[in-house]
Amino acid sequence: MITTNVFWDSLKKLGFNFFSGVPCSILKPILNSVPIDLLYIPAVREDSALGVCSGASLSNKKSAIFIQNSGLGNIINALTSFNLIYKIPVLLVITWRGEPGVPDAPEHDIMGKVMLPILDILEIKYKIIDDNFPKQLIWADEIMVKEKVPVALIIKEGVVK
Amino acid sequence: MKRHEAIKIIFEGLTNELVITTTGMISREAFSAEDRKENFYMVGSMGLVTPVALGAALSLNKKVIGIEGDGSMFLNLGSLSMVGSRKPENLITIVLDNGCYESTGGQYCISTELDLNSIAKSCGYINTAKVEFEKSLKEKFKLFLEKTGPSFLLVKVEVSRQEAVPRVKHSPEEIKERFIKEIIN
Repeated sequence: MITTNVFWDSLKKLGFNFFSGVPCSILKPILNSVPIDLLYIPAVREDSALGVCSGASLSNKKSAIFIQNSGLGNIINALTSFNLIYKIPVLLVITWRGEPGVPDAPEHDIMGKVMLPILDILEIKYKIIDDNFPKQLIWADEIMVKEKVPVALIIKEGVVK
Repeated sequence: MKRHEAIKIIFEGLTNELVITTTGMISREAFSAEDRKENFYMVGSMGLVTPVALGAALSLNKKVIGIEGDGSMFLNLGSLSMVGSRKPENLITIVLDNGCYESTGGQYCISTELDLNSIAKSCGYINTAKVEFEKSLKEKFKLFLEKTGPSFLLVKVEVSRQEAVPRVKHSPEEIKERFIKEIIN
């Protein structure tokens, strides 16, 4: 378990300063504790969140989106026809609803099962967030800086409190 | 007024503004009108011009102009509400509305049945205008460049399939690299 303080401080320390997203209950602790000095733009759709963060990324900001995995479906075109071909890095923090073996609502069953294979097919690197979050973030940031592509961090229920 | 004529008028009014153009013929006609370093041609990602322009406008002290088609605007109408909620003063959204999906063969678009201008106003754009003629486009665009935004300019254009408009010759990475360089300067 990591605290929201550690979570946001780690992002701040690496210079992340522009955020957007669409809420998920797993994201509640994070989105309800956005530090006042950081810019968070509420988005109406996940691809708009990615778009607005990409515009910021083009403009010298370091950006991240927070979305539910259902919204991964909504950003695939943006990833394939924008971020991955123009090489525009944005950190993707994606929740894991419907993880196999974990009871959840039926609408999450399929995406819960196929989320990681989708990221593999898109060749988007990812890690599942655990207590080593600060180090995992450094790993993601290094790839974003070096390869200029989005990197995903997957977040499960209760990992950030 | 034909679409490429509208684009030409817009580009003649520019100085150092950043311009982000939507996928299809609009990017190609913008590329043909004037291949500026401040131009960002979105070759794919229909519907993302307004969010990307919003992100840039919120991050920079420069004027940012997003040029949409009616089809791409309707693909992501919600993005207008994101602009309206944040109200970046330096953002102008232009929609070149020909009432159809011309890049893919002229299929009907519902823009002819709805008033995009009222939608933009309801979403929170400060200045909105609809123009149909070259002279009024020139005047309104000049005015919106001076005004505190966000501003929304709906430009009604004729269906005007042009033959042999070249594709954008730069690769997506090249487009991005020179755009970023321009921003940093």
